[in-house]
Amino acid sequence: MNLFFHLGRYFILIKRVFSKPEKMSVYGKQIIHEIDNIGISSLPIIAIISFFMGGVITIQSAFGFTSPLVPLYAVGFTVRESMLLEFCPTIVCLILAGKMGSNIASEIGSMRITEQIDALEIMGINSAGYLILPKILAGVVILPFLIAISMFLGIFGGYVMGIATHACSSYEYIFGIQAFFEPWKLYYSFTKVITFAFLITSISAYFGYYTHGGALEVGKSSTSAVVYSSILILIFNFLLTQLFLT
Amino acid sequence: MIEIKNISKSFGDRLVVDDVSFQFEQGKTNLIIGESGSGKTTIMKLMVGLHEIDAGEVLYDGLNFPTLAVKEKQEVRKKIGMLFQGGALFDSQTLEENVRFPLDMFTNMSPEEKMERVDFCLEKVQLEGKNKLYPGELSGGMKKRAALARAIANSPQYLFCDEPNSGLDPKTSIVIDNLIQSLTKEFNITTIVITHDMNSVVEIGEKVLYIYKGKPWWSGNGKDILKTTNPELLDFVFASGFMKEVFNAVNQK
Repeated sequence: MNLFFHLGRYFILIKRVFSKPEKMSVYGKQIIHEIDNIGISSLPIIAIISFFMGGVITIQSAFGFTSPLVPLYAVGFTVRESMLLEFCPTIVCLILAGKMGSNIASEIGSMRITEQIDALEIMGINSAGYLILPKILAGVVILPFLIAISMFLGIFGGYVMGIATHACSSYEYIFGIQAFFEPWKLYYSFTKVITFAFLITSISAYFGYYTHGGALEVGKSSTSAVVYSSILILIFNFLLTQLFLT
Repeated sequence: MIEIKNISKSFGDRLVVDDVSFQFEQGKTNLIIGESGSGKTTIMKLMVGLHEIDAGEVLYDGLNFPTLAVKEKQEVRKKIGMLFQGGALFDSQTLEENVRFPLDMFTNMSPEEKMERVDFCLEKVQLEGKNKLYPGELSGGMKKRAALARAIANSPQYLFCDEPNSGLDPKTSIVIDNLIQSLTKEFNITTIVITHDMNSVVEIGEKVLYIYKGKPWWSGNGKDILKTTNPELLDFVFASGFMKEVFNAVNQK
């Protein structure tokens, strides 16, 4: 029953979020602000994680490929496939669910308990639309760019670490990352990213919007936002993978 | 004018507002008073639609607010200004942006006209020159005044103030009370103030409704309240020894 209650309330909220904005210019400014707030500010952490994960995958692959039957360009191939198919679209989004999710839920939750959302409603503003729509749109727009940068840095990190640790040569790595490339896999990856961006922003906003009580409840909302966003990312990852790759 | 007719509200099996009717007059400072937990804030939230009403009518110049469609409700709300107990200023915006917010959303004013209006509102609440401060940099009294400036920015027809004096020293309370009253007169607004501050009741209460356990218990003028014989209201008014002394002193004169 609880699940159906939350599902129903979530979809009612989403309907309110996508109703016609009061003034597009104000929403436009909010979207730009949110792109900076929830997107650009995540770039440093994404860059660091991606670069080092690319490096680690390179070293682990080279360490595992001991058979002379496996060519060394397989290292580059493995890094590319891991980064493009799973690490960047899913694991980075899980990390972002923690960062962005808690940020969104605590911001909206704090506004709820300090009556700022009531103030918006009293002014005749659709508070759900004004607060949540820019966050969803900003997330859906900026996350694919962040993940593209993550993919590039992951593969670049693998290259740097591969050369530095003599795991493979420059030629082998570059040949590997180009070998057997199928462009449709990017379509699969970015479909996942856009789906996850929507899930992270909307679910976190949902928990923040329906916060009741005080500071303790804001903390609980943030935790719930991260937990449920992560679980739904994993479920949708499975569903989309099943849909695209079988 | 706003009129409430037989409004009731329960939370679970607890009846919080019980068949309350009253007329809040235009150009007057209308007060709803009562002890903490008596239901006065709930009445105000029912009036502005923050809580759904169980029974009764809330008429804004004849329009029954609870039965209006969402868009129609938004149109009525554009005419409402509200001062929340904690101010409810937007933390991420400066004072200027807070006051300008309703103008950005609902008017087609030029940036210069908006700035003029913002400066006018800030001057009205004696916060001129504080445009670039954030709510976190303001004192409690300044926050209330800033919230009042935002509430009047879009020239509201109805002004709701939820315990405007709570947490303020007596001197600042008088400043806020005087501001509310002068704005009410100057712009001919229907003002509704929720309070349990007796000083406010006597000073600015032109029409007072006393709520006791969710029921309308007494109504009259702020000055009349000192002559009441209603035992529950007497208990409320003279809860402090100081008020009794004031009352006796006034009677002796």
